[in-house]
Amino acid sequence: MPRIRRELYNKEICACSIFGAMNRDGERFTGKGVMKAIANMHVRGNGLGGGFAAYGIYPEYKDYYAFHLMFTGNSPEAKRSAKIGFDAFLCENFDVVSDDEIPHSDEVVVSDPPLIWRYYVLPRKQGEEALLSDEDYIVKMVMHVNTKIENAHVFSSGKNMGCFKGVGYPEDIGEYFMLDKLYSAYTWTVHGRFPTNTQAWWGGAHPFSLLNTTVVHNGEISSYGTNRWYLEMYGYACTLQTDTEVIAYAVDLLMRRQSIPIEIVAKILAPPIWNSIDRMDEKEKKLLTTLRMVYGSLLMNGPFAIIIGQTGKMIGLTDRIRLRPITAATRGEMFYLSSEEASIRLISPVLDSVWTPNGGEPVVGELNNMRTVL
Amino acid sequence: METVEIDATGISTEDLNERLMALMLDGTEKFVLKNVCGQRYIGTRLYSKNGNKPRVDIDITGTPGSDLGAFMSGHRVRVHGNVQDGVGNTMDDGEIVVEGRAGDVLGMSMRGGKIFIRDNTGYRTALHMKEYLDKKPVLVIGGTTQDFLGEYMAGGIVILLGLGELPHNQTFIGTGMHGGVIYIRGKVDKLQVAGQVDISEPGVEDRKLLDKFVGEFIESFPDLGLNKEEILKGDFIKLAPKSKRPYAKMYA
Amino acid sequence: MKSFVFPEFQIIRDEEKCGQCRGCERQCSFGTHTYDPLTDRLISDDYKCAGCQRCVIFCPKDAIVVRPTQSFYRPNASWSREKIEDLKKQAETGGVILTGCGNDKPFRIYWDHIVLNASQVTNPSIDPLREPMELRTFLGAKPDLMDIDFKGGDVEIKTKISPHLMVETPILFSAMSYGAISYNAFKSLATASKQFGTLFNTGEGGLPRELRAEFGGNAIVQVASGRYGIDAEYLNCAAAVEIKVGQGAKPGIGGHLPGEKVSQSVAETRMIPVGTDAISPAPHHDIYSIEDLSMLIHALKEATNYEKPVSVKIAAVHNVAAIASGIVRAGADIIAIDGLRGGTGAAPKAIRDNVGIPIELAISALDMRLKNEGIRNRCSIVAAGGLRSSSDIIKAIALGADAVYIGTAALIAMGCTLCQKCNTGKCNWGLCTQDPRLSGRLNTEIATKRLTNLLNAWSHEIMEMLGGMGINAIESLRGNRDHLRGIGLYEWELEVLGIKGAGQ
Repeated sequence: MPRIRRELYNKEICACSIFGAMNRDGERFTGKGVMKAIANMHVRGNGLGGGFAAYGIYPEYKDYYAFHLMFTGNSPEAKRSAKIGFDAFLCENFDVVSDDEIPHSDEVVVSDPPLIWRYYVLPRKQGEEALLSDEDYIVKMVMHVNTKIENAHVFSSGKNMGCFKGVGYPEDIGEYFMLDKLYSAYTWTVHGRFPTNTQAWWGGAHPFSLLNTTVVHNGEISSYGTNRWYLEMYGYACTLQTDTEVIAYAVDLLMRRQSIPIEIVAKILAPPIWNSIDRMDEKEKKLLTTLRMVYGSLLMNGPFAIIIGQTGKMIGLTDRIRLRPITAATRGEMFYLSSEEASIRLISPVLDSVWTPNGGEPVVGELNNMRTVL
Repeated sequence: METVEIDATGISTEDLNERLMALMLDGTEKFVLKNVCGQRYIGTRLYSKNGNKPRVDIDITGTPGSDLGAFMSGHRVRVHGNVQDGVGNTMDDGEIVVEGRAGDVLGMSMRGGKIFIRDNTGYRTALHMKEYLDKKPVLVIGGTTQDFLGEYMAGGIVILLGLGELPHNQTFIGTGMHGGVIYIRGKVDKLQVAGQVDISEPGVEDRKLLDKFVGEFIESFPDLGLNKEEILKGDFIKLAPKSKRPYAKMYA
Repeated sequence: MKSFVFPEFQIIRDEEKCGQCRGCERQCSFGTHTYDPLTDRLISDDYKCAGCQRCVIFCPKDAIVVRPTQSFYRPNASWSREKIEDLKKQAETGGVILTGCGNDKPFRIYWDHIVLNASQVTNPSIDPLREPMELRTFLGAKPDLMDIDFKGGDVEIKTKISPHLMVETPILFSAMSYGAISYNAFKSLATASKQFGTLFNTGEGGLPRELRAEFGGNAIVQVASGRYGIDAEYLNCAAAVEIKVGQGAKPGIGGHLPGEKVSQSVAETRMIPVGTDAISPAPHHDIYSIEDLSMLIHALKEATNYEKPVSVKIAAVHNVAAIASGIVRAGADIIAIDGLRGGTGAAPKAIRDNVGIPIELAISALDMRLKNEGIRNRCSIVAAGGLRSSSDIIKAIALGADAVYIGTAALIAMGCTLCQKCNTGKCNWGLCTQDPRLSGRLNTEIATKRLTNLLNAWSHEIMEMLGGMGINAIESLRGNRDHLRGIGLYEWELEVLGIKGAGQ
């Protein structure tokens, strides 16, 4: 599929705080604790972006893809008209079983909120699209909406999970969406943002997500230009002007489409240095050399710490020379990841273990029993 | 001598050549390939890096694809049928015998070995053929060729026997020729030949060469019942470059 | 016929300093300096001087200055001195003006209009002296997706990976054939590439048999339209095979090694008789179209048992991106593109100075085209022609090249002064000559050292610049135009380069 692209790269740079909490037994809990934890890292953000990913929040609709949409515009009429345009597209390509405006609290003052809507859908594939898997179809449609339909932006598209994000401090965004009251999840990931070079917009807040994968990210990706063109060759449209989305797409490409486990994916995103590879035994050396050779363009260069959320999984990873911090901890069935240990201690003063993982080595929390959420 | 017969029906170029390579390394010395139809580069891959130089015979029925024997290093190929373009391209050594006709650029940049074609050949036969010391490629054609015979020719021996019905009608013979020799049995007008080529009658040494290679040609096609004396009796002309520096005076 | 052409250079000798040692006389192969025993003086003939500065540097008394002569013609923006004198030469000989080295005309040099990025605050710059900084580069075709098998803890790659070249720095030596350059220059390039862990390119003049075992692993052997010196051993001893379709200095025309350069040893390497003109036809006569190129690519893969990557080198011409896209689809693993400023041992000046496009634009156009078509993975891009420094190289990589070829730069490292007389075969620096008296002047050990020094210095500078951008592996810069900005460029130029203007 030829894609002629004329626009120039626009990369936003931001520093951030990240936090994640998971109950590995699948027991669900509200967003209250994570809001408190991220608020403790208030000074790492600057109020220009906050967001949450929550897994297990739509058990009654768990077989449907939950689309979260932002409709933007200068006036309420413009936002509504963006929605009308999108609805026509949606009805043509999906069966919509239910939809509603995502509830928000009017008591929280946020700047220029878009109209935010939620749809539970099933794909309606036509013609040649029948050959696509449901997931590839969703990816294709999400990319279409985000590049072609003006003022409409899909920011969450998985099953039994959802993202909530906007411009503001994360604790304010949490309250705006009433995450401490309305939703219970077994995994929460959170992001507080400190963008440095552009005015904030709601779509630019973290997490970035595609299907069930979400990414919150602290750092800057110096290899963005290289990563972006590589992913664009595989049909991922990088529209959000933010380096983080390339991680979400890389994870989707590698983990979903190529079924590569996270341990190997980590070696692609943050490979060992050649000096270490040269010292390995033949078999490992060959594997890692080949991975770097083939996937060199997906190496995420520059400082990063990320928390990847997936159904039944929460993964922490830093760049190969650990230029951004991450701390991992467990308490019973709870598994935590955070930019700072203090935030974990705030909501769980006693911990079974606390550690800082090595650069480039993933830490993975997995549900003990997937059936509790599927 | 171990012989392996392969029915090439439906086998891809790559698979066929891979099988030949594996079998050669295992010691096979003769291949009989049946129903060859378009598979390219036969003989090209057959090179052993470990220093010994295996020599195999390849007997082909059907129509092999282009670049038959390209870069080949010393095998014997016999084709019962016609061959396409690029036969013997940059061939280093070996022998190709074709019971039929050949396409364009036959023996291009050939540096050694022999090719015998029973019938006619296409454009640019023996283009830029070269030689070094005693390494001289030889190309004998039973019939005649199309235009640009011996273009840029830098070495080697080409013989056209004109045994078929077609007269020697080709033009631009030997354009840019600066080495080697072409012998043509039959009539060629001076206007058919490029200016930098000298036309003469074969001398005693030339007659020896003709005797040797016409003899080998006849032996290669015993079924034709050709008579060497008859053929050699005919009129031959010799084409050789006037200079081995054709472009020495081009520059300011 | 009396020549009306002025001397190009003026030789000024300080008679006070000159010790009549006759060193200059011995150094000059053009016969510029002669000793007059009657006056015990050295006389210099300006008309013969090539301006190569050999006598200046080797004069033990520093008594000689060679400088361009003052123009004697009335200044004229249209009729430059060069135009007038070339015309006179042709009126006197009726011949084609031949020259060496690369295009020296003032076309825009885009490298000098592009600036690099560096990290400040939001992203740490990295210090290559203390932190890892990786330049290792692989050249070849990458699979689109990889099939990986997991059984137990065991990981196995099931996808067949095409052969690749590995270099420790993204700098390779460009094709310079033995014949065009001297044996010592050729061997120095081979030795330096082996010592440093990179590759040299044999050009189309073959690879002398005695060098094959030792240097084959660092050689890219060329198959050009002349097909000189090619046999199965030549192809199989090398790291890769390159089909040379075109050259930046002379796109669209062939080559011609004049008979006087075909010495015994050159003849043996090329496998042609001593003293004959070695002609490389303009096209490959087995390539009249893209499907023919595909056939030759696969013939060479067959001839090397699919163990070597096959590169195709073309000159950067108007439709370079579209042509290269076809070349990728024809099965090439590497595309080498050679720009307007690429060097040569001999080319008609009219062609050298007027045909082709700058390499900067060609790299970018090609990289973007392949990405838009979704086939950028399927080949590596090696850029050549006019790379003068480590900063040019890093910009080339950010514009989309995987690695670069340096030719002129390597010659300068060994002593070349760009006098543009390569075609005469009289190179006083022992580089572009087959005269044993001249080529013996090039000490291979020293030349090798000068080359590895250059590779070292440039690699280190590249690391410093990479570190400044917050990148610690060269693959993260490839095609990463984010780190480039243009200065003083028109909108269309920025668009072709795919970069923003500075400050944007």
